[in-house]
Amino acid sequence: MSGIAVGIGAWGLVTGMAMAQSGMGLPLALAMSLFVFAGSAQLATMPLIASGAPLWVVWATAACVNLRFVIFSASWRPYLIGLPFRQRLRIAYFTADLNYVMFMRRFPDPRPDARQLPYFWGGSLTNWGSWQLSSLSGIALADAIPAHWGIGFAGTLALLGLLASLLTTPAAWMAAVLAGTAAVAAYALPLKLNIVVAIAAAVAIGLLLERARPDLAARRR
Amino acid sequence: MSLGWGLVAIVGLTLLTIITRGFFFLAEREWPMPDWLAQGLRYAPLAALAAVVAPEVVMLEGRLMPTWKDARLFAAAAGLAYFFWRREILGTIVAGTAVMITLRLGLGW
Repeated sequence: MSGIAVGIGAWGLVTGMAMAQSGMGLPLALAMSLFVFAGSAQLATMPLIASGAPLWVVWATAACVNLRFVIFSASWRPYLIGLPFRQRLRIAYFTADLNYVMFMRRFPDPRPDARQLPYFWGGSLTNWGSWQLSSLSGIALADAIPAHWGIGFAGTLALLGLLASLLTTPAAWMAAVLAGTAAVAAYALPLKLNIVVAIAAAVAIGLLLERARPDLAARRR
Repeated sequence: MSLGWGLVAIVGLTLLTIITRGFFFLAEREWPMPDWLAQGLRYAPLAALAAVVAPEVVMLEGRLMPTWKDARLFAAAAGLAYFFWRREILGTIVAGTAVMITLRLGLGW
């Protein structure tokens, strides 16, 4: 548990510092921290927001980064579907990565159980609180550290680590290299469309490889 | 970028947090996930991350970096090297940031 706390603390601190140094300004950094509550989507959309990209590009990028939650939500369904809609809506906001891992470890049997909701809310509110505490500290701290130290780059490094952790197959490597190259090569496109082009190209090559070369798309065990 | 525009962006991002996290348990009806979608979902997150990260590492003011003496290149390389050594994201951030600060303050890169 202490390892997890250090993890949330560091991730929040980095996100807070990166927001404060991204040039989006203090009110937006605070609003983003308090409401969005999705670290990697925040880090990924920050440079887009700071450069004034169109809203749909900002949202499409966040949606892609958040897609892992869509996959998690399928495993949440059997536990939660019996609850009223409003309650599910509240729960949806709080089902972050860590809660998912902890909850599924605690209740491996996909059936509703009276002990689940108290466990869920205890974990979620602790997670939300520690995230906000560290993220707001990061925002405050970034003000004290001069911008030329390049601390804001820690946010990019966090995304880089997250990306590296997804590179489990040769096909994933190829898709990532293609996305990175395309985003740089198409940088001159208006409206930050280079991001959209890069995502579309990489998903297309991924789907193509899944069909044409399943050996490259299979996870080595 | 105005404050109002930024707030609209943030409201949208908050809704996206809720919609993606609740995607399969907010709707009453159960939707089966087609295979191609499940496969596409595997590539979209890494594509979005790579598309955002690459320009942040190798570009400066809208152009490829004119010099290799930029602390970001070395910080990213150090971070990646650490990740593939230890498979751990926290250390990746720490290693990269340490290189970043050393080069920026020590050599002025």
